[in-house]
Amino acid sequence: MRQLISFSLKRFKNAKIIEAVDGVDALKKLSGPEKIDLILTDINMPVMDGLKLVSLVRQNAQLKGIPIIIITTEGAEEDRERGLALGANAYISKPIQSSHLIKTISELLAV
Amino acid sequence: MNEESSKAEKFLELFNKGKEFTEELLRENQRLRFRLASMETEHGTREEVDRLRAEVQQLTDENRRIAMRFKEVEEENKDFAHRYIEIEEQNNNLANLYVASYQLHSTLDFREVITIVQEIVINLIGAESFAILLLDEKTNELKAIASEGEDVMPGVDTVSARLGDGILGQVAKTGESYYINQDVEGGTIALDRPLAAVPLKIKEHVIGLIVIYRLLQQKDSFSAVDYELFSLLAAHAATAIFSSKLYSQSERKLNTIQSFLDLLTTN
Repeated sequence: MRQLISFSLKRFKNAKIIEAVDGVDALKKLSGPEKIDLILTDINMPVMDGLKLVSLVRQNAQLKGIPIIIITTEGAEEDRERGLALGANAYISKPIQSSHLIKTISELLAV
Repeated sequence: MNEESSKAEKFLELFNKGKEFTEELLRENQRLRFRLASMETEHGTREEVDRLRAEVQQLTDENRRIAMRFKEVEEENKDFAHRYIEIEEQNNNLANLYVASYQLHSTLDFREVITIVQEIVINLIGAESFAILLLDEKTNELKAIASEGEDVMPGVDTVSARLGDGILGQVAKTGESYYINQDVEGGTIALDRPLAAVPLKIKEHVIGLIVIYRLLQQKDSFSAVDYELFSLLAAHAATAIFSSKLYSQSERKLNTIQSFLDLLTTN
């Protein structure tokens, strides 16, 4: 999954991809020295799931402005609404269409 | 005197007539000149009108030609837009296929290869419930070695079949994939009647199956790229599974031999 996304993001030539294994690892990396422009997260992750991560990022004064895209197998409308209500900017259901992902990222980053 | 005055009168009369005639000639001349001028003007305008009329006709033709070309270009444009979407889709599919094959051959660890196959089936095909079965060549039995979605398809983790028996057995025996389009063909999906069964083949030798029972809620049916992914999986996943299995077996054997050698050299 991460490899597919990394491969899709090769189109953004100057993009640096920082991978995290779960929500906790993601939060740790978000608090690091690197300036993060966009967060891509799954919902089903070990230790801390994607929805919790979205919620914590939105409550954090330093991180709350970072756009978040949820990529998940959960395709029900209520899941989508829940993700967006927590503060995600976009919600993409699997199977992954890299063209859709690229379009969403381009729109969010205005590139 | 009288004779002289009579001559003078006749001369005067003649002079006056000459004068009148001359004046009449001048008037006629002027009239003709005016007529000529007006005829010239009239003639000139007609030519101009004819010229303009021809020009208008030419412009109308040109306009019609441009309108037709515009229509043609518009059609071409639509065609290009369709082509662009198709190419974008192809691009997307190629990216998926590339990542899938790249991932499959990125490791020689058997469990890791199986996890990658599972990831491909979930993330790229969009399956919610499926099983990976391997053929035991000693017993001719297909047994599940990995599965997903036990909650929506109970028993998927223990699915098995004998070579040649039922749909799964037949797919393993013939090496021909099996698909049904549930929307069109209907029917109930059961452990022995899946949505799809794809043989894992090395050349013509079947080593196992990927059996799909249910797609993700947001996915109605298989798409064209899914069939491409299935054929890729049939070949690449089979090779990756087979080589990783061989590798782990050889690792085990190597360890055994090494231990044996260590034992011999110690003594």
